[in-house]
Amino acid sequence: MTLRPLPASAPRVGATGIIAALLEQRTGQQLAANRAWRLDATLKPLLRERGLADFDALVGALLGARDPNLADAVVEALLNQETSFFRDAGVLEQVVEAASSMASEGGRPRIWSAGCSAGQEPLSLAMLFAERGGPMPDIQATDVSGAALARARSGRYSQFEVQRGLPIRRLMQWFDPVGEDWVGKPELVDRIRYRRQNLASDPVLPGKFDVILCRNVLLYFGGPTRARVLDALACALRPGGMLVLGAGETVIGQTDRLEPSRQWRGFYAISDRPRRYA
Amino acid sequence: MKSCLVVDDSKVIRKVARHILEGLSFEVREAADGREALDACLASPPDVVLLDWNMPVMSGMDFLRALREASLSAKPKVVFCTTENGIAYIRAAIEAGADEYVMKPFDRETLQSKLQIVGMA
Repeated sequence: MTLRPLPASAPRVGATGIIAALLEQRTGQQLAANRAWRLDATLKPLLRERGLADFDALVGALLGARDPNLADAVVEALLNQETSFFRDAGVLEQVVEAASSMASEGGRPRIWSAGCSAGQEPLSLAMLFAERGGPMPDIQATDVSGAALARARSGRYSQFEVQRGLPIRRLMQWFDPVGEDWVGKPELVDRIRYRRQNLASDPVLPGKFDVILCRNVLLYFGGPTRARVLDALACALRPGGMLVLGAGETVIGQTDRLEPSRQWRGFYAISDRPRRYA
Repeated sequence: MKSCLVVDDSKVIRKVARHILEGLSFEVREAADGREALDACLASPPDVVLLDWNMPVMSGMDFLRALREASLSAKPKVVFCTTENGIAYIRAAIEAGADEYVMKPFDRETLQSKLQIVGMA
């Protein structure tokens, strides 16, 4: 394993700093000092599983490279996969409205859910589009976590997960019980194309999108990475397309390639202004 | 402040639900069976009822049917909260007029989410 120097945001304390550097190197995400408190709870199961006493032992094992899968396991454990069905439902309903109005201009809308975690966001969109009727969009969904994508592809969720944001009528319509879990029906899950992608380092998906959702992802990046990702997402939007960020996230002060949409409140459109970073 | 009637024959469940609901700024009342709950609703309908299925005296389902036939000044939202997690039970509850369904065990996030779905949180 080769580690670059510690990111500026990382807690500069021994093993914790090295773990933070690993996360940033692999994903672009920073472990700011105010998030470091989560490390203990997040990595404790992994330490127990591998028979490692503490973070120093973990870093020793990482640097010793005796276990080729250990670095991947550490990074996967550190990625925040917290999400829910119909998170900010009003925003998703507006996405469907916006995308459907674009579809009326011809063709089938293309939607990219960037940072989709275990798939709740694209599945929520697929339900809304199916219930609305009309052309089904091409929904592509990406995440940096292989574990999250494996769960997304399976469409399988625990009883607790399906009770976060998912109305009971939609659960009954779109999911089947399997043991203690619930599994999305194929006609829903198969509508989404999943792909592993690191927003900080991989090229954007090919083609142009009508709507890109990248909610509650950018907050984990440092300023320069965030600006670079926003520029890349702007390049992946078709003219007239919309970028949707999480509540409390903005493009303002990050990039000149995007600006608040005049048509869709809270969404961002490609800017008409000269590009400072072009 | 929204009001919630917690209907469950388990004192422990009522206590846990009360703790969560008061944390969500609900005014909470309790009933130990469907009959008590119906009397409470006829006297003063709450905004929402959190309803167990299997209870002595009057079951949750019998309560729900009676509630939907009663003449009340306001129609409370009804959220089942039960260990009866099979599809047939859920379908029957919806057909009888339940607005939402919580499969036990539940936690704060589950209750909050379901109450948001019915427009109560």
